[in-house]
Amino acid sequence: MSDQASEIREVIFGTLQAALPQARPLSDETHIIEDLGLDSVAVMDFVMEIEDKLDISVPLDKIAEVETLGDLVATVQRLKQAA
Amino acid sequence: MALFDKYAALAAQYRQLEEAGANPFNVQFGDVLSPTEAMLAGRKTLLLGTNNYLGLTYDPAVLAAAAAATSTSGSGTTGSRIANGSYGGHGRLEADLADFYGRKHGMVFSTGYQANLGIISALAGKGDHLLLDADSHASIYDASRLGYAQVTRFRHNSPEDLANRLRRLADEPGDKVVIVEGIYSMLGDTAPLKEFAAVKREYGAYLVVDEAHSLGVLGATGRGLAEQAGVEADCDFIVGTFSKSLAGVGGFAVTDMAGAEVLRVVSRPYMFTASLPPANIAATQAALHELRTRPDLRHRLNANALRLYRGLERLGFELGPEPSPVVSAIMPSPEAAFGLWAALLKAGLYTNVSLPPATPRGLALLRSSVSAAHSPAQIDHAIALFAEAGSSLGLLKSEMAAAK
Repeated sequence: MSDQASEIREVIFGTLQAALPQARPLSDETHIIEDLGLDSVAVMDFVMEIEDKLDISVPLDKIAEVETLGDLVATVQRLKQAA
Repeated sequence: MALFDKYAALAAQYRQLEEAGANPFNVQFGDVLSPTEAMLAGRKTLLLGTNNYLGLTYDPAVLAAAAAATSTSGSGTTGSRIANGSYGGHGRLEADLADFYGRKHGMVFSTGYQANLGIISALAGKGDHLLLDADSHASIYDASRLGYAQVTRFRHNSPEDLANRLRRLADEPGDKVVIVEGIYSMLGDTAPLKEFAAVKREYGAYLVVDEAHSLGVLGATGRGLAEQAGVEADCDFIVGTFSKSLAGVGGFAVTDMAGAEVLRVVSRPYMFTASLPPANIAATQAALHELRTRPDLRHRLNANALRLYRGLERLGFELGPEPSPVVSAIMPSPEAAFGLWAALLKAGLYTNVSLPPATPRGLALLRSSVSAAHSPAQIDHAIALFAEAGSSLGLLKSEMAAAK
């Protein structure tokens, strides 16, 4: 795994832990909606935090494609590389 | 696996509300008596959740115009404007709207929802970029899915975040179209439009302002927030609705941009739907005339809004950030919102419940909207009912603090 991917994973997992009402185990396989009980707006709000921290914009259609945290890490990594 | 299994959780909640006999999402009015009163379950009820801002739904001039138009032009248009032709009223209303806003072009849609769908999806095409305020109405989000532009959302009412996002897009080809609202329908807050306009100018973006809840409410002549903020020249398109201050159904857009006529043959929500019937067009035109010639309606509306806002604030309800005709009390939970709503209704006051994801930041809201047609005594009565119901449910701030 590249340094950038692990750094992005750290930012995403850290941001999400801070946003959840109680701490819970997170992995690349965690389903963002089913496992964490976030609604569509809560997911978009959480992605906004990540956008700020990494100075990228994640288009809504890309967010819609994301199911697991691993998907999100991969999407953010692609956007960061393109930026 | 049955077709509706995916909605099981929502269906259970809905059933629960039905069984409790108090479902804010399935209210059946009996006779509507006036802009401020209706029969509900056989009882005369004060209406404080209708978005009937100027109270024109029973205005004699509006009703007469609707009746006359039905007599002369029939009940319906039975088709779309591009396929089956426009009636005289469509063009007259478009001309009146353009004149009211001092713009070259006016365009009428069959609902306010479709106006957003039609304008936003057509303005931002493939390779373009759409930037939405995070608290945008569902019609704006749906519009962004109908078009082919890349869509991002910026923090609610944050010109800084918009600037950040436009900066990231600075080297990308394609037009950048920014969408904000005049008054946001959930919390009644206004956009910092002057600051948004400055960002838009700096980055060469286009700005669309949805004045659905601010037409007839804000501005020296009632044109909305863009007029009040003095930045109409920076607002490339104004979108609005007929179903609030204008007491009908429908939506519109106005602009000064050359070539805007082409939207009539590229905007699918304009093209592939039936046009508004003569009665509705004529009533809207008459209501627009009332709006323009009776500024007292706007002054009464805003006085009522302030009266309700201050009244609920004094009771200790946590409200939206500024007084406006939308007055929302922030509830500790959806259950509290349902409880207060049902208690108010039982006492003879109709309000609205708004829940996430339709609301920002997961908030549960007990939402009210006032009308110019409310008397100060009606507003005071509503406040008294809020005091009683809020107190018996332990929802007033002083009591919640005492209970802790």
